[in-house]
Amino acid sequence: MRFRIIVLAKQVPDTRNVGKDAMKADGTVNRAALPAIFNPDDLHALEQALSIKDKIPYAEVILLTMGPTRAAEVIREAMYRGADHGFLITDRKFAGSDTLATSYALSLAVKKLAPYHLVISGRQAIDGDTAQVGPQTAEKLGIPQITYAEEILSLDAKKIIVKRRLERGVEVVNSTLPALITVHSSAPPCRHRIGKLLMKYKHARTITELQNETKDYTELYNERPYLLIEEWSAEDLKADPESLGLSGSPTKVKKIENVVFQHKESKILSNSDKDIEKLMQTLISSHIIG
Amino acid sequence: MNNIFVYCEVTEERSIADVSLELLSKGRKLADDLKVKLEAVVIGHKVVKPEALLYPFGVDVIHYADDEKLFPYTTLPHTSLIIELFKKEHPEIVLFGATSIGRDLAPRVASALRCGLTADCTSLEIGDHFENKTQTEFKNLLYQIRPAFGGNIIATIINPETRPQMATVREGVMKKEAYSVKYKGKLIKMDARSILRDEDFAVTIIERHLEKSRIDIKNSQVIIAGGYGVGSKENFKLLFDLAEILGAQVGASRAAVDAGFVEHERQVGQTGVTVRPKLYIACGISGAVQHRAGMDQSAQIISINTDAGAPINQIADYTIIGSVADVIPKMIKYYRKNSK
Repeated sequence: MRFRIIVLAKQVPDTRNVGKDAMKADGTVNRAALPAIFNPDDLHALEQALSIKDKIPYAEVILLTMGPTRAAEVIREAMYRGADHGFLITDRKFAGSDTLATSYALSLAVKKLAPYHLVISGRQAIDGDTAQVGPQTAEKLGIPQITYAEEILSLDAKKIIVKRRLERGVEVVNSTLPALITVHSSAPPCRHRIGKLLMKYKHARTITELQNETKDYTELYNERPYLLIEEWSAEDLKADPESLGLSGSPTKVKKIENVVFQHKESKILSNSDKDIEKLMQTLISSHIIG
Repeated sequence: MNNIFVYCEVTEERSIADVSLELLSKGRKLADDLKVKLEAVVIGHKVVKPEALLYPFGVDVIHYADDEKLFPYTTLPHTSLIIELFKKEHPEIVLFGATSIGRDLAPRVASALRCGLTADCTSLEIGDHFENKTQTEFKNLLYQIRPAFGGNIIATIINPETRPQMATVREGVMKKEAYSVKYKGKLIKMDARSILRDEDFAVTIIERHLEKSRIDIKNSQVIIAGGYGVGSKENFKLLFDLAEILGAQVGASRAAVDAGFVEHERQVGQTGVTVRPKLYIACGISGAVQHRAGMDQSAQIISINTDAGAPINQIADYTIIGSVADVIPKMIKYYRKNSK
């Protein structure tokens, strides 16, 4: 039997590099200026999965993501780096899902891929920074979770030993399999794309993407069926409509405020000796330092 | 029924974590607003005097599970005990610390109870909500306020229909304040052995190396923080020099941590710690919103930056236009000259 590893990944807006062009004149975020990227922690998760595959030849790595059609980009990216297949969970019915509804959909897709041994995801996504989807998916699957994983120390068909990076130190834990692991950003970075795989998978598409292509891929796909990235809808997952999207999300957004720069009186000083000496004197005399 | 619960984290010293005491302080205020009780959940082993420690925070009931298998923390037994307790007690609101324990435990509990959970709240308030679509009024909801989208927006999250309403809050965000030294509640023992099953022990701890948190920038009155603009690990030494003579701590932006200039423990901002020192000196920090969210409450802010247009300058009290390598030695020199 193959050792099946499922990596959960998310395509996210790159909120880290909110530079000048990413802020509008009114001080609010210009979302259009933010590129969609492979969530950074999920790349660390993918690396963990691929490094298991390096050691265990019968391991297979499947990437699972949920999002709109363009989220297939993260599946291709994972294939270029060594993942074997990918599935895209996509359906308007999933729109507006909070972490609970998201983990419900993901858990159904993981179950569809049973029997599996390991589910690996990044600790958190940079657009929400909640770190909730991993543990919630584990709960829905009824399997143990190991969060903040930094290194997989050993692994066999029945158990895994993982080093966790916590606030105040390191913990090594042993878990039965299957289990879900969320990977900390202190874990090794993901390997780069591999040229051979890039050539192999560059035409990998979902059905929806194929329908939007001007070129006819029929012949290529008959010859290379592995290029097709399967899409799963709510119906494919036999999802309960009440547990999906907005209706399956207990949290509602009541209000959104954009963070606008607060402008307050600011004194501009030069780096001259005179300016800096005066500043230090002010700080000392006002008892802020000293 | 309908009370406010706080999950109290047990520390290495078998006491209760500061973050939990901060949440109890906040929880007491919310409980007073809603005219309900405040209840603490303590799961561990041989916890040192939980009653003497917790009652002064206005705790009405302590639910205490004491068993050697419950310390150190592992996810599954703590989850099972909490679920069992909540199914019986039907809390209105539950608060957890946004720590490696709270952020591991709270989502698993929320998933099992199918209730809403908001991570890393920076403010919690009680308020009403009117839903236009269904023309329904919801009274006394918990407003869970948090930065989202990399700190670029502030969202107010509510859970109109489901209970409990759950939130995690980082250490240092709420203020720790005792309610009344004379306050007395009661302690209810939970029978862990009758609730836990073998499956709850699927994960076992083999080894732990605890490193005392040497770096504690949160409690520092003065913070010298460096960003990517500091340029190198070597240049960061200048910040440490200044910090040493000022009795300050060195902080950093995410970019500086990612670049490997300093340890993650020093990171200030949305994914690091929130600080509010008397003086915050931002060196070569451009001031992304995520960073500002973690330090904009500082009493005084000095920005040292070669870029006069850096966003951080807009919240700074003083902006020194210049390089870190040039300005910091001068600050050290003139501090020495003028201080006694």
